[in-house]
Amino acid sequence: MTLLPGLLYLADTTLILSHRNSEWCGHGPVLEQDIAISNMSLDLIGQCRNFYQYAADLQGNGATEDSMAYLRTGREFKNLLAELPKGDWGFTTLRQYLFSQFQYLQFRQLSKHKDERLAAIAAKSFKETTYHLRWSREWVIRLGDGTAESHARMAAALKEMWPYTGEMFMTAQPDEALGLNLAMLQQEWEQEVKQVFGEAKLDMPHGVFMHSGGKSGRHTEHLGFILAEMQYMQRAYPGCEW
Amino acid sequence: MPTVDFEKIFQSKIDDDQKIEPLEWMPDAYRKTNIRQISQHAHSEVVGMLPEGNWITRAPSLKRKAILLAKVQDEGGHGLYLYSAAETLGMSREEMINDLHAGKAKYSSIFNYPTLSWADIGAIGWLVDGAAIMNQVMLTRTSYGPYARAMVRICKEESFHQRQGFEALLMLSRGSKEQKDMCQDAINRWWWPSLMMFGPRDSESTNSDQSMKWKIKRKSNDELRQNFVDMIAEQIKTLGMKLPDDKLKWNEAKGHYDWGEINWDEFWEVVKGNGACNKQRLDARRKAWAEGAWVREAAAAHAEKQKKKTTASAA
Repeated sequence: MTLLPGLLYLADTTLILSHRNSEWCGHGPVLEQDIAISNMSLDLIGQCRNFYQYAADLQGNGATEDSMAYLRTGREFKNLLAELPKGDWGFTTLRQYLFSQFQYLQFRQLSKHKDERLAAIAAKSFKETTYHLRWSREWVIRLGDGTAESHARMAAALKEMWPYTGEMFMTAQPDEALGLNLAMLQQEWEQEVKQVFGEAKLDMPHGVFMHSGGKSGRHTEHLGFILAEMQYMQRAYPGCEW
Repeated sequence: MPTVDFEKIFQSKIDDDQKIEPLEWMPDAYRKTNIRQISQHAHSEVVGMLPEGNWITRAPSLKRKAILLAKVQDEGGHGLYLYSAAETLGMSREEMINDLHAGKAKYSSIFNYPTLSWADIGAIGWLVDGAAIMNQVMLTRTSYGPYARAMVRICKEESFHQRQGFEALLMLSRGSKEQKDMCQDAINRWWWPSLMMFGPRDSESTNSDQSMKWKIKRKSNDELRQNFVDMIAEQIKTLGMKLPDDKLKWNEAKGHYDWGEINWDEFWEVVKGNGACNKQRLDARRKAWAEGAWVREAAAAHAEKQKKKTTASAA
């Protein structure tokens, strides 16, 4: 089976997450953290470029990283539902934590993939994600534990974000293409998350309905606006080099 | 009992090109001038993140997006070094930020101009960072040690930004007609404001004389501005674009370019707060700070709890 759907899923997810984090650049709560979140966004762009370049090579027909990112429609995007607006600092750091925790395990597994190029990209991404995980984990604990207000905000963020985490572990075409063992990932992910939530004094949600559709291109309404903004230049000036 | 003339010792160090360090005696006015200038410089870096940040989500390619994001992030880093340098003079970062938000502290007026097209990102790198570098290279030799050292690092990154900006415009200048038009339009709009970045004419600059004597500044506004015109007038030939100044002409006798007249009314209007984006920029900074208040409080509260835990377990 071709890796292509799997590569696009990885690329799209990192790109959309990067886009949302990049909206903080210049607007962070304190300068050091403004720099940190921008840096993570930059790592994620680097990751998505590696995945897109590989996908473009497999696709052929003149496809490039930019045609992949800028000239596909929302229905063709296969990212996890990472597109919700950035919300407050609590929502952003919580989302980043839940995704980093997942990507950490996912990239670790993929770094042992028999396809060498994929394994190499995953290994590089894994290193970066190790830092993202540490950073976002600390923020979830800090804000969950901090003040009454920060705790309430984190509880609200968790309620909003949690239903968008289930799809990580629902096997779909991209996972099959990548040969991922999701059951194993899910177990470890839940264990880790539970421990962090314990330190953050947040309740682990149970029995919540989980949204899905991202991996097959059925997204929330937010994705269309991200693409309208992100793809504007390529759509307005087709065929140009920048 | 012999009296020590601190002011004389201080001035002789300056005349001798020695650096002044944080714990050494310095005249109050020297301290104040440095705090004003360094904090203003820090604010400029941070406010300067906004006009360029405006294009991060719309950058036309993934490569350009990565370059732009890294660049804006660098500006944040410059802000950090500079706030730290200013703090060595006895004012906290929070006080400086409050002064900015209260409208008491200034930042570079150039960031009150809007970024209207992608080409503006290239033009800012080439012209605005280019103008800033003229000033900053001089400041690597400024008399206050921490400021001079911060500048060495900043200059390295800024000259990289300038080359990136130029390269972005070079791509446009070799592209489609729309790209060329976009490039020329951005140069037209950013050229005069970047000349204004050097400040008022020497004859009208209020802070210059004392700053020259203390070697906070080492070249005058007009000298730096002329060096900048000479540099850009040459570089633009590679782009095949034009600077929007009919009077621009090489003067063999002077060994410099002659050029037209800055619209000083516009300069003062923007300084007074009437630029296209003065309100928007300051509002964005105030909003980010206000919305971050609960985050900063929570971080402090958590750190305090952790400290207590550590102390309790150590006891």
